[in-house]
Amino acid sequence: MRAETFEAKVRQALYAGRRWHPAEIAFWLIAFAAFLLFPSHLLLLNEIAILALFALSLDLILGYAGIVSLGHAAFLGMGAYAAGLFAKHVGGDPLAGLVVGMGAAGLLGLVTSPLVLRGTDLTRLMVTLGVALILYELANSFGSLTGGADGLQGITMGPVIGLFDFDLFGRTAYLYSLSVLFVLFLIARRVVHSPFGLSLRAVRDNPLRASASGVPNARRLAAAYTIAAAYAGAAGVLLAQTTQFVSLDVLDFHRSADLMLVLIIGGAGYLYGGLVGAIAFKLLQDAIATFTPQYWMFWIGLFLVLFVLGGREIIHGGIKAVAGRFARLGRGGA
Amino acid sequence: MLTILFDGIAYGMVLFVLGCGLSVTMGLMNFVNLAHGAFAMLGGYVAVQAMQRLGLPFLASLPLAFLAAAVVGIVLERLIYRPMYAKSHLDQVMFSIGLVFMAVAGTDWLMGSTQQFIHLPAWLQGRFEIAGVGIGRYRLFVIAICGLLAFSLQWGFTRTRFGSRLRAAVDDARVARGLGIPVNRLFALTFALGSGLAGLGGALGIELMGLDPSFPLKFMIYFLIVVTVGGTSSITGPFFAAMLLGVADVVGKYLVPQVGAFIIYALMVVLLITRPHGLFARARA
Repeated sequence: MRAETFEAKVRQALYAGRRWHPAEIAFWLIAFAAFLLFPSHLLLLNEIAILALFALSLDLILGYAGIVSLGHAAFLGMGAYAAGLFAKHVGGDPLAGLVVGMGAAGLLGLVTSPLVLRGTDLTRLMVTLGVALILYELANSFGSLTGGADGLQGITMGPVIGLFDFDLFGRTAYLYSLSVLFVLFLIARRVVHSPFGLSLRAVRDNPLRASASGVPNARRLAAAYTIAAAYAGAAGVLLAQTTQFVSLDVLDFHRSADLMLVLIIGGAGYLYGGLVGAIAFKLLQDAIATFTPQYWMFWIGLFLVLFVLGGREIIHGGIKAVAGRFARLGRGGA
Repeated sequence: MLTILFDGIAYGMVLFVLGCGLSVTMGLMNFVNLAHGAFAMLGGYVAVQAMQRLGLPFLASLPLAFLAAAVVGIVLERLIYRPMYAKSHLDQVMFSIGLVFMAVAGTDWLMGSTQQFIHLPAWLQGRFEIAGVGIGRYRLFVIAICGLLAFSLQWGFTRTRFGSRLRAAVDDARVARGLGIPVNRLFALTFALGSGLAGLGGALGIELMGLDPSFPLKFMIYFLIVVTVGGTSSITGPFFAAMLLGVADVVGKYLVPQVGAFIIYALMVVLLITRPHGLFARARA
């Protein structure tokens, strides 16, 4: 009898995370409503959606599987170049490009996953960094394929699902990126609340205990890494398709470092962290760029230092505390 | 071919001077300081400024570079590095990357983004030949200085009281503390020494590696390779790693220039994979 009630309690606790919170629904409604609310900022909104998807990808491995990475730009670049080359040489259909780009990045993730399974955090940081640098050098030296330092030019995109052409104001781009983000987010949400996602968290928190209770650690981590790589690839695809240009910049080190800052701002380990972080990061970047366009790097460095000194959890911890107080107030009033 | 080898050795020597400070701090405090290159850049700029503005001779600007980097190192260690020691590697890496970014942008703002040059005295210019091997005077000078430094570091590390305390602290900081060794003060000193050496290396390396604001990012990976391959428990490990890296890099760039830095990165990944635990095992103990 008692065992049954315990099991019911556990089940209930697990289901609770799966249910949609009203705030989540509001978040997505606002995201789609932004299309109508800020018609002159659609290009910025598009960038935010892409960065959010990229951050979601890092959150999947950092927040849920506990794999640190300093080279996530490798997958972004892989997706971007795959989509760019596909559009240039095969066909301009965006969705086909998306599948190709995600596939290519996922494959790269699968191939490189054995590298991140071994060693300490420090080794992982350096190996992922090394992989990204290798890709950067490859893209740089195979100029005949990738356009080298000049970038991949001459990409022409067809209309999305044969109906919506890309325009200069980013109307199609934003809705397309946001839709892809939304669909992939739903999948990610399903994944992290599935038994697979739970076993990932078990591996993150205590690898020894997880493997003792029958979780195949290495295979789970490799699968998570591959999924995250495909997600980052999708972000790269969106970047390539909506700007119709791919440059070496997508593989640059600062992409990976920026992404870290995004996750620090938003907080890792819950799916909205990346999304919130991406919004804050881009708005911050936009604000700083208006008065000092040149030295953005200095400010990002300063933010990194301050956040680490002040504690990484400072921002979303604060938000959580405020939200908790409001919730308690509401309950007290009722 | 031997000329290339000679150049590679000179390059490796500079890398050693740049990287050895990092290897000791990494071993001693288990602290990943990616901003190490920023100290090297500082030394380089101090040397350039000392020669251009103050009109100091080249030889006099070298100790100045060392001092400046060491002083800045000890101040920063006191003020902002110390709270970082207890944090995770991820925090440390992000923190030091933040410092690197600030250093890069700050230098760009102060000094401009152009490549810096130094004017070498006449007796260090040009090259001569011994048995058909072309030897650059400056490279010979670099090898002599760095070789001397390596020897004195090795001597200091193994023969002096400071060195034995340092080794004890690197091996097991807790026990060393228990035995009354002032680990924190030791570390501050070592940090200053390492930063100073980086500054000196930066000044010496201007002629070989170039100097512009992106220096710390460009060479970050090189220092890391020196440390990861060489280990943190001795001076000889990083020394041989730096030699290997310098020769491999120079030879690779001469023979197959199109692959560029690819060889170095591939080398690092392979080494990290083949020895994933051995590299930092000592530091974790």
